[in-house]
Amino acid sequence: MNYKAFLVKYAEIGVKGNNRHIFEKALRDRILQKLSPLGDYHVVREQGRIFIECPDGYDYEDTVEALKHTFGVWGFSPVVVIEQMDWENLVESVCEYVGQCYENKNFTFKIEAKRGDKQYPITSPEICSKLGEALLKRFLDLRVDVHNPEKRITLEVRKRAYIYSETIKGSGGMPIGTAGSAMLLLSGGIDSPVAGYQIAKRGVVLNAVYFHAPPYTSERAKQKVVDLAKQLSKYTDTIRLYIVNFTKIQMEIYETCPHEQLTILMRRFMMRIAQIFAEKENCLGLVTGESIGQVASQTMHSLFATNAVCTMPVYRPLIGLDKEEIVVAAKKIGTYETSILPYEDCCTIFVAKHPVTHPNLSSIEKSELLLDEHIKELITEAVESTELIII
Amino acid sequence: MEAYLDNAATTKVFSRAAQKMLQMMQKDYGNPSSLHKKGVEAEQQLKETREIIARSLKVLPKEIIFTSGGTEANNLAIIGTAMANRRAGNHIITSCFEHASVHQPFLYLKEQGFDVDFVSVDSNGHIDLNQLISLIRDDTILVSIVYVNNEIGAIQNIESLVHSVKSINKNIVFHTDAVQAYGKLKIFPNKEGIDLLSVSGHKIHGPKGSGFLYIREKSKIKPQILGGGQQEGIRSGTENVPAIVGLKEAVLEYFTDHEKKIMKLYECKQRLIEQLLQIEGVVVHAISSDVQTAPHIVSVGFEGISRSEVLLHMLEEQGVFVSSGSACSSNHPGISSSLMAISVDKKFLNSTLRFSFSLETTVEEIDYAVAVLKEVLPKARRFTRH
Repeated sequence: MNYKAFLVKYAEIGVKGNNRHIFEKALRDRILQKLSPLGDYHVVREQGRIFIECPDGYDYEDTVEALKHTFGVWGFSPVVVIEQMDWENLVESVCEYVGQCYENKNFTFKIEAKRGDKQYPITSPEICSKLGEALLKRFLDLRVDVHNPEKRITLEVRKRAYIYSETIKGSGGMPIGTAGSAMLLLSGGIDSPVAGYQIAKRGVVLNAVYFHAPPYTSERAKQKVVDLAKQLSKYTDTIRLYIVNFTKIQMEIYETCPHEQLTILMRRFMMRIAQIFAEKENCLGLVTGESIGQVASQTMHSLFATNAVCTMPVYRPLIGLDKEEIVVAAKKIGTYETSILPYEDCCTIFVAKHPVTHPNLSSIEKSELLLDEHIKELITEAVESTELIII
Repeated sequence: MEAYLDNAATTKVFSRAAQKMLQMMQKDYGNPSSLHKKGVEAEQQLKETREIIARSLKVLPKEIIFTSGGTEANNLAIIGTAMANRRAGNHIITSCFEHASVHQPFLYLKEQGFDVDFVSVDSNGHIDLNQLISLIRDDTILVSIVYVNNEIGAIQNIESLVHSVKSINKNIVFHTDAVQAYGKLKIFPNKEGIDLLSVSGHKIHGPKGSGFLYIREKSKIKPQILGGGQQEGIRSGTENVPAIVGLKEAVLEYFTDHEKKIMKLYECKQRLIEQLLQIEGVVVHAISSDVQTAPHIVSVGFEGISRSEVLLHMLEEQGVFVSSGSACSSNHPGISSSLMAISVDKKFLNSTLRFSFSLETTVEEIDYAVAVLKEVLPKARRFTRH
């Protein structure tokens, strides 16, 4: 089928009140941003929808992929464009469209006509009935059902005519950039990329921070995080990924504090450092992949103890999900395969055999007091030596 | 300073080889099968390479088949021999001490209905000869034993193994994976009675993607890659001329003053072992005074280390590059099979590093590596989970 255009439908933006045009413009810009590496697409807003005209010789599959990865797109229909506007040709084109589009023609349908060009000699109701008739005559298995059709075949008559019927599902959500920015704590695991995806889907610009602990974590573990960020960036805008060398801080905690509290203490320092970069990037919150009770550091007690150091909101979109549900989501967004590569991320070597599961905040704070001024220097050093990768 | 001591994984390509390869890619880029001049020139290069390799082994040029490397040579040798001799018998033997590119083809043949036996090794990594003899049956068609083990450097006495096998049944085909042995030892297939011998180019300063299989004249091999019938139909596919020429240059250089070069490797090894053994809680696997191991491999166990990878990265931070187990098996988490095969003390299974040398390894590099090791070892031990 020779599709020359796409019609984009959006759901949630449509119900915005006076701000609607801001969201529509953002969506148009985002679509253009995703498509521009593929060629010279023409993307316009008109009458509550976005219309994309494709350049000659464009790649259909690549275009569909790009649109599927654009938040704010509820769905989109590939459109056949007809230049020859005489009625006989329109009828023939619609028949040809149905002939090619549906192998099995045993379904009910309805023709919907939109006459943008009011000069066109045939009115919308006439278009519907005449086209319906022609299709029924051509394809004997077809049946009409105007109330509850299985397929709606639309013909729009403007300067040119457009035929479409199928809708490809998009990612939904809101266009990136219509909310604020957030800082994702990205590890090499399954959860955090999914958490980032969920937040970005609401229109949030995503940045990320990764805590690297060489030589306890390898270059490959870091590369894995970069790869995960790359996969995420297919949906988002550019991701600014901060790679913090966390080794010295970990070792200091390891040498000074009770081992069973290590993870909680580490997480508190990670949150503190993430906030430093979040502020630098004007973020309005942190994002983590935590889910209640998944591991010792994610019990409600542990989250309480970790959260105590945060001054900005921490968004935890996976908080109520089971691992299984997170895995399904990770597979859907394409991060799962990378996440399960066997490179150790957060050095298991530092994890106590029996970490606390019900940490007491005052006891954690007391342990932290053991770390004197030196830890501040280490944090400053870690922040200053942080590597920034723009993905 | 940098000390690259992971030469059993791969070596740096000799400059003269790299230069010649560039020339073959951009200037003399003909297809050896083409009828015109450019083709003839490329074919001439292949011929010259065969001759040079043949000379290094004292065999005939036509007994050399170029492959994409050691893995393909092993696959061709093992699967090709088994399939070609299926009517003569259904039993094949290898050791539990082989590289994956030998081990996996044997497992594949087992799936295909062959009877497979694995012979074990002693604590020096030497094949248990009595067991090998006892495993041989009337329908045994192939024995494949690695020449030099890639993880600990144990050398097999191939000549005596071949002799024992062939004195029972002279028709048994003997293959040896010589990827870690070629260039490091003096090997002469005719004298030792080897029928098939696999070599990889990038272990001897040649390029990756180069290698060959020595196939004794009249050995039956069923081709594993079918196509245009290049290389007498044994290995179809346009020959990788740049890689083959790179291999030629590497072999030329490697085998000039060959004996001196081997001695130099042994000197490196000696120097490293002497210094290592002075460090508390360090052992060198598979060395005993009466047994020679490969000149370029030293396998070292560290007490008080729970994961050798951490030590590896600590060394790497200061420019010392080594390997944990063998690079090929490090991709698969799990415990080194060679160390298990020689019954190394359990505490070393996860705390062993391999140091390996090349012709370009210097004394300074070795001394530097030891100095760095002495510095990071206490730190690594302190932060080990107990």
